[in-house]
Amino acid sequence: MTIASKSTWADRINGFVRKVPTWPLYILYLLPVPWLLYLAQTGGLGREPIKALEHELGEIALQLLIFGLCITPLRRYLGINLLKFRRMFGLLAFTYVTLHLLVWLVLDVGILSQIWADILKRPYITIGMVSFILLVPLALTSNSWSVRKLGPSWRRLHQLAYVAAILGAVHYVMLSKVWAVEPLAYLAVVLGLLALRLPKRRQKQTA
Amino acid sequence: GVALAGAGTAARAEEALEPNAWEDITQYNNFYEFGTGKSDPATYASALTTEPWSVTIDGLVDRPGDYDFKDIMAEMTVEERIYRFRCVEAWSMVIPWNGFELADLLAMAGVQAQAKYVRFETLYRPEEMRGQSSRFIDWPYVEGLRLDEALHPLTIMATGIYGRTIPNQNGAPIRLVVPWKYGFKSIKSIVKITLTDEEPVNTWQALQPSEYGFYANVNPNVDHPRWSQATERKIGGGLFSPRIPTLMFNGYEEEVASLYEGMDLTRFY
Repeated sequence: MTIASKSTWADRINGFVRKVPTWPLYILYLLPVPWLLYLAQTGGLGREPIKALEHELGEIALQLLIFGLCITPLRRYLGINLLKFRRMFGLLAFTYVTLHLLVWLVLDVGILSQIWADILKRPYITIGMVSFILLVPLALTSNSWSVRKLGPSWRRLHQLAYVAAILGAVHYVMLSKVWAVEPLAYLAVVLGLLALRLPKRRQKQTA
Repeated sequence: GVALAGAGTAARAEEALEPNAWEDITQYNNFYEFGTGKSDPATYASALTTEPWSVTIDGLVDRPGDYDFKDIMAEMTVEERIYRFRCVEAWSMVIPWNGFELADLLAMAGVQAQAKYVRFETLYRPEEMRGQSSRFIDWPYVEGLRLDEALHPLTIMATGIYGRTIPNQNGAPIRLVVPWKYGFKSIKSIVKITLTDEEPVNTWQALQPSEYGFYANVNPNVDHPRWSQATERKIGGGLFSPRIPTLMFNGYEEEVASLYEGMDLTRFY
């Protein structure tokens, strides 16, 4: 009974998702960029808009990585198929990570020698940079041509997203002066979503 | 006399010292008693009752007791001090404080010869200070100074900003200001001052000794483990505000360097 009602409920969502085009969602999800820049210029981000902008962009990036990680568990456990949005979430996450990095490079630090010193000497910045670098090949291969060309190794390559998400969340946890709730919650969600993948995969291997 | 001359020289040498706007000073704060966000103190500190208020002065003093805030104010001469304020997080402001020298307050209680350090405590009142319900810090907040630092003429107790009563989020009704040290040393909303012969363990040192020491003198050459202290950004400059070099002892080197003669400042950070 419950299974039947669940499947019709999931089917209805899947039917709706099939009709939704992805391109307006790209535009919708990029709207926060001009909005945040406007707020930063007009005092809406507080008295220190640079750090605020940097943090907002970083947080959105982490959220988008998490949305990407939700796709597989949603399909596996609830039968909801949002696969068509996964590339979009990945590319948007990469866009926001890049903007986050640019704000840090140009507006926040802006001094080349200090940027290098920070990347090499500050573990949370090193971790953040590694996370960004891991996402570069993923963004470059997030197109149908690469999927065809790389075949099975495309899947393996894109499992780097797991590592990038963990590092991104750790980066957030480490920059806090105390054990703050929000960054720890992000890390817990990332680890939880990855944990959801583990048992099924082991079953597959033994089967 | 010495005090005024010292402050006068500093003030004259710094015509470029442009005080921050009232909004910068009162809306961008670290006061974890009201939350960890920069705007949390401005949002939630109005819950704090600052009247009546008394400061307990005890330990190695001749006249220990609870000193009523009004009685303290009746005895003290309030003056304006425009100081640089440098946060350990690498941002800074310039703040026109109103206050009096800590040395004068300590003289009220009579410091005994054995006293070597001063320990300060912030109010603990979780029903008014919502951040105190989080247990990540072992409340109440504690800070400390060596006695010679406490008696230095630059060290003040602030009770106002821009000639107005100090807002709750800035540490009402009475707070410490030690301009050559990172901001966290300048403990807010003080209820207790203890003269002691032992170095007090301040809150941030207890929490993370590798990152925050007892001295916490502003020093561009000693980095925080997680970021450089060589530069800072003055709050209020908007989206394109550049970093500026951080000055040794926050620009008060001439006045205070002698306090640390012969000390290895990389060890005693």
